This record gives sequence, structure tokens and C-alpha cells, in this order.
Amino acid sequence: MGFEFFSPAFILLIAAVLICLVKGHARTAVILIAPIITLLAIWQIPDGVQSTVKFLTYNIEPVEGSPLRRLFATIFTIMVFVGGLFSFRIARWYELAAAFTYAAGAIGVCFAGDLITMFVYWELMAIFSTIVVWCGGTPDSRAAGIRYAIMHFLGGVILKVGIVGVVLGTGSIKIQPMLATDFSTWMILIGILINAAAPPVSAWLADAYPETTPTGSVFLSAFTTKTAVLALILLFPGEPVLIGIGLFMVMYGIIFALLENDVRRILSYSVVNQVGFMVVAVGIGTEMALNGATAHAFAHIIYKALLFMSAGVVIYRTGKNKCMELGGLFRTMPLTCVCGIIGALAISGFPLTSGFTTKSMISQAAVDGDLVWVYMALTAASAGVFLHAGIKFPWFVFFQKDSGLRPKDAPWNMGLAMIIFASMCILLGVFPETLYALLPYPVDYQPYSIGKVLFYLQLLLFSGLAFFVLLPLMKRTMTISLDTDWLWRRAAFSLVKLIERALSSLGDMVTQQRNRLQKFLQRMAVRYLGQPHTADSQERGVFARSWPVGTTVLWIAGLLSAYVLLYYL
Amino acid sequence: MNDEKQLHWLVRPSTIRKLWIGFSVVLTLVVLAQTVIYVKGYFGFDAWFGFGAIYGFVSCLVMVLIAKLLGLFLKRPLDYYDEPEQIKTSEPSHDKVKENSNGV
Repeated sequence: MGFEFFSPAFILLIAAVLICLVKGHARTAVILIAPIITLLAIWQIPDGVQSTVKFLTYNIEPVEGSPLRRLFATIFTIMVFVGGLFSFRIARWYELAAAFTYAAGAIGVCFAGDLITMFVYWELMAIFSTIVVWCGGTPDSRAAGIRYAIMHFLGGVILKVGIVGVVLGTGSIKIQPMLATDFSTWMILIGILINAAAPPVSAWLADAYPETTPTGSVFLSAFTTKTAVLALILLFPGEPVLIGIGLFMVMYGIIFALLENDVRRILSYSVVNQVGFMVVAVGIGTEMALNGATAHAFAHIIYKALLFMSAGVVIYRTGKNKCMELGGLFRTMPLTCVCGIIGALAISGFPLTSGFTTKSMISQAAVDGDLVWVYMALTAASAGVFLHAGIKFPWFVFFQKDSGLRPKDAPWNMGLAMIIFASMCILLGVFPETLYALLPYPVDYQPYSIGKVLFYLQLLLFSGLAFFVLLPLMKRTMTISLDTDWLWRRAAFSLVKLIERALSSLGDMVTQQRNRLQKFLQRMAVRYLGQPHTADSQERGVFARSWPVGTTVLWIAGLLSAYVLLYYL
Repeated sequence: MNDEKQLHWLVRPSTIRKLWIGFSVVLTLVVLAQTVIYVKGYFGFDAWFGFGAIYGFVSCLVMVLIAKLLGLFLKRPLDYYDEPEQIKTSEPSHDKVKENSNGV
């Protein structure tokens, strides 16, 4: 089929170029048809390495197929299609082109057979996701985009250092499972974890995603963190460090989302929370856990994009993004409200939604591994997800008080995009076998048993009760929360200011000394070379006085006699 | 009553009261159902009667309290990060004054 050398990513790259070149309906056609062709191409790729190209001394493998890679590429492509449908009418052409290139990077990573190819696509994602952040067009989004770019290019450099180390150490650039045992593998792990929004740099995600356009954040929510999860599954399955990191991310996401007032920032923190579940699963590393991580990534992209779409429609229609300014929107936005609630139920893992059938696989993997504490923490976190995303998001946006806003419901294309994803959330919840059949390892797992459903209903409904009982404690405030980004946004900034001030006072001192030296030199010059303004004064410098002719003759006579004397000596 | 008629049916106090009652009934049923339905515990203690309900409620309570506590230290006004920018824009004029005084 011609995909031995060219990854399906190229179809989206060509589409991105076409988006720049054509206009109107032709552009819409490109946006909607390119993902479908890409999807067909993805399912043409057989398992295994498709081709090897000699580059310098390395064997580059541009396309490698496997069920895991195909599944990630599939959900990325579905995301491009539905995201394109959601945004083609209001997003600017450059935003869509950047989003398509960004998605092409993600799909390229899916099929990369070696570390060098992966790195190239990885950087492609970093560059074009930064452009998507910048599409927000405000000074805030410009600044956030720069911070985002610095973080991701730094991550890229760390990843590159690791890759070079591994290549020098093992002589192989193949993507294969490894453990973080030495410097280079640690560098690779850190480089990937930066993209997964792991601590201590989780802050980049909630800093950048809410600053872009309502449509841009839908694309951003899908690719970067999930390609990082895929890379972790491919490179670090069963790395024990990941369990701790993942649990931290899970709790971090909940706590910070509870403190937050900005709608999209709440959703951004819950991205960190959900990716935390997947990172824990990769850390457990059994077949069940890796299946769980894959299935959860698949389901997560759908419901998270759905939530960002629902928030995006609200922001597009009202121009407001703070919980305090919103509320009561269910009256005029029933479709957006219902789709938002379905997304919220799915992220909370309510029975009959995709979250239940995928997240419970991760919990099951923890049970199978006899990890009591991990299981209990994940269960508590499931309750917390319902609290911070499942109820908090719909409640503060669509219910709570009446904000007086009466915006129109979503335009048809946005509504259709939301309906597609909302139905997928429910379909995957009711018929999980369709997804289970595509997972990398054979699935022997029954998500629904009456006892388990009852346990989760108790857990979730009583978290709901906790929300309404504790509502007075959750009063929104017009605030932001400090995070580790304080270190570079405030502390580092102050440090730079301090250095700048020190340098400028040093500069002042140098200027002062220079002035003093200048004055001193001038005084000396005046003393010995004369005073131009007082030409006839008695106080002329010793070299500037007009000496009588006689004195000069005397000097010349003296010199001549000295010369004669020296000649005869 | 007139006031109540003007409100959307979902936000009328009477509806909200009914919702609370309905919700409480569901909560009670979900816990009582455990007398009939066997919940398979993986580690023993998670099969206790009403464990899911208590665990869900308590973990949410703890998380909200932790968030509240952290909020005391972490919350800042919206323009917190804007301040340094303002200093930056006001400083050039400050520098100019300095330069002038140097020139004199």
C-alpha cells in the first residue's frame, strides 16, 4: 500500500498544507476527509517493522505496526476528525493547520519503529502544539505559549540526551522495553514524563491549555499526554517508579482542580489526574495493567475532548470562563449541558459509561498484583474524580445560581461533534467488548458484576452527597493557585531582576569611575599642556607656554655640543 | 407562589426539595441493597457493609479539607503573575530619570 516508508502521519501533513492553500468548502472537505483516509491507512499497516532505511550508520524504521500502536493511532485520528468537525467553522485556518500537523506528529510517534524517528515526530508535536497555544491570540496566551515551548523543548533535549546515551551504550536505536537503571534511561524516562505532565512540572498543562482558543484546547487535550503514555507503555512497562509518580499525579489533579475557578483549568487538572491512572497502570506493567492503560487512554481522549468541547461551546457563546461568572446555563443550552454531563459521568467511571469499563481494568490490575494501597488510593481517587470533574464541572457551569446569561446552544457542527463523542462514551460503556477486542493483549475480564456495580454506585453517589454537603466549603474565589511554576514564573524572574539590578548598579559604578578618571586626565592635561581658553594667562601649562627664542637657541647649542662630544668619544 | 411559577421548573424550591428526598431514598437503597447483593471484597475489609459509601464520603471529605488547607497557602489574586510585568513596564521611565540625572 506504500506505507512501508511513509507513515500515515504524512496524509495529515499533506492535509495541513492543503488547509493553508485552499478556502471555503474545499478546506472543509480536506478537514473532514483527510482523517478518514488516515484511518483507512492505519488499518492497512500489518504488524512488525515495515521497512528499514539506512541513515548515517543507523537503521531507521519509519513504520512499525502493532495492535497497541494502531489503537493509539486510531483514537488520535478519530479525535482529529471529530475535533475538525467541532472547530472548522470558527477556528482560523492556521490554527487548524497547526492542529493537523500536531496530530500528524502524534500519529508519527505511534508508528515510529526507532528512537530517532520517534524523537523527530516528538519535536514536531512540541513545535505545532506551541502554535496552537499561541492561536489564543491574547498576551496571556503568548506568554503561556512561550513557557509551554520552553518546557517542551527542554523535555526534548533531555529525551535526546537519553537517546544518544542509549544508542552509545547498546548500539541499538530500536524501541524496546527498558528499565530506568542508568543515566541515559533515566533521561529518556524524564523526557517522556515531562510530556505526561508528571511532577514536579505538571503545572505546564494547566498553564497552557486554558489560554488557547475554545477549539484549540480540544486538540491539545488529546495528543501530548497520551503519546507520552504510549511511549511509556512501549519503553518502560513495569517500571516501579511510575506507580508512585502516577499516584501523585492522581491526587495532585484532584486537589488543584478543587481549588480552581477557571472552567478549562479544572478540566486541565483532571487531565493530569486521568493520565496519573494510566501512569500507575504502566508502572504495574502486567498484561492486564497495560491493557487497562491503553483502554483508559482511548476512553479518556473521547470524554476529555467531550468535556473540553462542552466548556468550549460555553466560552464561545458567553465569552466567560470563570465558574463564578457562569451558572444556570442548562435553560438555554440543553444539548451542551447533557453532553457535558455524559462526559462528566464517563470521566467519573459511572457504570454504563466508558470510564467504568476501562478504569476498572487498572484497579483490577492493582488487585491482581496484590497492591492494597495502590488499589485503595485509586478507589479514593475515583471518588475524587466524581467530586472535582463529575459534579463540580456541570454544577458550576450549568446549574448553581442563575447567572442571568441566556446564550444560544451550540452551532450544529459543534453539537454534532459532541453527540458523536457522547454516544461513544456510552457505547464503550455498554459494549466494552468492541474496545477489548482491539487491545494489545487478550482480555479475560468481565467489567460488570452486580456486586462491583453496587460498590461503585455507593462510592460515587456518596461522593456526590459529600459534594453537596461540603458545598459551602467549595465557594469559588477569584484566585489562581500557586504551583511549581511559581519557581520559574516568580522566583526565577525575581532572581533575574536581582541580577539585572546588580549589573546595572555595577554599570553605574563603572560610569562613575570613568567620569572621575576623565576629570583627572583633564586636570593633568590642563596642568601640563595648557589652558586653551586662557591663552595669555600666566597659568599656562609647562609645555604650552611661549618660551623666548633665546632659550631655544641655548637648548639647541647644548644639544649640538652634546652631539659633537658624543661623536668624538 | 407567583414567584415560584416564574422560575424554571428545575430550580423551584419545591422541586429541589423533591430532588433531595429522591436522592436520599436512592442513597439509602444503594446501601441497603448490600443486604441482598453480595459485594465481593478483594482484601476482606472492602466487603464490609456500606464500605463503599463510607469510603467514598470520607475520602471526598479529606480531599476537600486538604484542598481547603492548601488553598490558604496557595491561593493568590488573579493578577498575581502580572505584577512583575507592570514593574517591568514602569521601570524604563525610572531609568530615563536616572540617565538624565547622570547627564547633569
